[in-house]
Amino acid sequence: MSTAVSSQSSGALSQGGTRATSLPGFDASAPLLTVEDLNVRFPTEDGVVHAVRGVDYTLRSGEVLGIVGESGSGKSVTSLAVMGLLPGSARVSGSIRYRGQELLGQSDRSMSRVRGKGVSMIFQDPMTSLDPVYRVGFQIEETLRSHDKSLSSKAAAGRAGELLEMVGIPNARERVRSYPHEFSGGMRQRVVIAIAMANQPDVIIADEPTTALDVTVQAQILEVLQTALTETGAAMVLITHDLGVVAGIADRVLVMYAGRPVEIGSVEDIYYEPRMPYTLGLLGSLPRLDSSTKQRLTPIKGSPPSVVNMPPGCPFAPRCPLHQPECDVAEPDRVDVGHGHTAACIRTDEVARAHGEAARIFDETATDDVLGSEAPVDLAGEVGVTDSGAPGVPLADQNQTPTADGRTGSLLDTPAVPQDGDRR
Amino acid sequence: MTATREPILSVRGLEKHFPIKGGGLIKRTVGAVRAVDGLDLDLYPGEVLGLVGESGCGKSTTGRAILNLQPATGGSVVFQGREIVGLGRKEMRPLRRDIQIVFQDPYASLNPRLPVFDIVAEPLIIHGLTKDEAELRERVRTLVETVGLNPEHTNRYPAEFSGGQRQRIGIARALALEPKVLVLDEPVSALDVSIQAGVINLLEDLKNRLGLSYLFIAHDLSVVRHISDRVAVMYLGKIIEVADRDDLFERPTHPYTQALLSAIPLPDPRLERSRQRIIITGDVPSPANPPSGCRFRTRCQKFANELSETQREKCMTLEPPLESRATASHLSACHYAEATKVL
Repeated sequence: MSTAVSSQSSGALSQGGTRATSLPGFDASAPLLTVEDLNVRFPTEDGVVHAVRGVDYTLRSGEVLGIVGESGSGKSVTSLAVMGLLPGSARVSGSIRYRGQELLGQSDRSMSRVRGKGVSMIFQDPMTSLDPVYRVGFQIEETLRSHDKSLSSKAAAGRAGELLEMVGIPNARERVRSYPHEFSGGMRQRVVIAIAMANQPDVIIADEPTTALDVTVQAQILEVLQTALTETGAAMVLITHDLGVVAGIADRVLVMYAGRPVEIGSVEDIYYEPRMPYTLGLLGSLPRLDSSTKQRLTPIKGSPPSVVNMPPGCPFAPRCPLHQPECDVAEPDRVDVGHGHTAACIRTDEVARAHGEAARIFDETATDDVLGSEAPVDLAGEVGVTDSGAPGVPLADQNQTPTADGRTGSLLDTPAVPQDGDRR
Repeated sequence: MTATREPILSVRGLEKHFPIKGGGLIKRTVGAVRAVDGLDLDLYPGEVLGLVGESGCGKSTTGRAILNLQPATGGSVVFQGREIVGLGRKEMRPLRRDIQIVFQDPYASLNPRLPVFDIVAEPLIIHGLTKDEAELRERVRTLVETVGLNPEHTNRYPAEFSGGQRQRIGIARALALEPKVLVLDEPVSALDVSIQAGVINLLEDLKNRLGLSYLFIAHDLSVVRHISDRVAVMYLGKIIEVADRDDLFERPTHPYTQALLSAIPLPDPRLERSRQRIIITGDVPSPANPPSGCRFRTRCQKFANELSETQREKCMTLEPPLESRATASHLSACHYAEATKVL
């Protein structure tokens, strides 16, 4: 077993030690992390919140799996379930196996042996994930010594300095004696990464590791994450809502919507040949930094559904431009569309044909909506400018059928009925 | 295009310093956080000026100081020929009809105890713009429809709306007085991507239809590139580069702008993986004690790698003025400004 493990680590970390082998069913040849039919429910006063509804994925060694989705799609809850960090009220079912060992249902004590050593986690907010009353060096040493009782405090302190150096903290040997408040946000996140890589884990779960940071600092932290991966040979689950971050670092991508993975594929498949309308819409709604054409954005109408008492049928159906009556009957399973690329949609072929034309598909529905509703009255009736003559209105917009008073009515892209669910 | 016109809003040497009080019994002022420290900008009619920068660089403070929500400690803000800095609450009131603001967080900027109707009607009532109840109802109805919400839902409370819808309510409130200038303080950064696009489109439509001018404050450069006509980049309380949109994104001249653009990940795996990246070190220095000379020099890749000792001397002692260095409308505050393509 230990040979299989040491072949992964690059050797820059001198520490050997045994793996988290104490749980029954350990099998070094089994996939690193397998999640099967994971369901998480939270009972609340308003009903059961079914936050995660059947997540499946396999993490292979050395790979980076990006999990993307909007807020409330269940990305974070999924990873907290893997770490066994959900509150006691959560009802979890399904299976989570780390190298063949079932993690669901383990006691907190046995999970502690896996956490940090087998699977470690980087949280979003470095301001709250470090303990403010302990020196950062101590917090790293604590992680090291809780998995290796024989480690002397001197050796642990040395390693802590080594780790801080590795994540790019200047004067690392002196900074081990600093408290978290003496560090900036970016530096704190480096410390958190140092803690996560301290025990050479097999899997690092990074939950929005750069969301709280500025872009220039984000670029630094993404580099450090890459370093952490090469140093430890770990695989990573990267949870983010930033499609740019995923594009740069992930090998495979899982798109979550309303608590379920709706599309899984290689990063190229997802970005260049999305087969699920939601993925297509998500990519189409992003403004591009590298494009000088003032193309109109194509929003997805409506907002994500509430995960309390969900109706049957595809959860994306109410927002989907390709919606048809069959969509409301049952929630579609993910179907294979080639090379391990799966998408949960009954019309994947049509999505494939629409490749690169998210704008057209999603705009058509917007026009339909407009035609069906009455045009709004002008704000004050005196400052109105007709769209067709206004500068900066893209061509696509002008091609839309204008409503009676010459406006395209694209102001009406939000449904009239407010819906729960997005960023409550 | 913009050079021949008169700016509708002109900001010169704007300063907003927050005093730092010492400890002990007597609270003496021991220093100042120079949140905005000598900022110049012009907003032309019908234009969208994007104001970008990292957190703590003073973008939002600038927006608030322009609106006199936080009185500036120095400099001048001239709106249509009228000086705003130093005006009291009463004197500001008529001007508020013309300059309005939309805040970042639609959860904090709407009063949770008021139904949407009252929120949108409040500015109209305060300014006495409607003759009677019927006209008020009609105006609110129009406004709510304009931002793409159902007017039948105006008796609901903000809590019953989603984030994107709340932001639309905030926009309807800002439009109620038919302003000429809207300061948009991170209007979409609290929203999810699929919702964000709808609000951006709405803002573009409103601008074109109503002939508004926007000061669009944001940290997301992709959004700024999409919506702006001109873009100003802020660093530590000052503007370090301002240019027409495509000029700034295609030919940035200031090392900070270059680093900023290069740091943003693109949602395109092949492009993203083949890019050359400039990664600047360290964090933004404290605005209470900015570096001497050029404020960016402590993190500047050019200063660290390319410049000679004598050139560095200049960076350390002389603050580079914001002036045109590439083309007439492209201003940059770097002694050694040089257009480089980073995207």
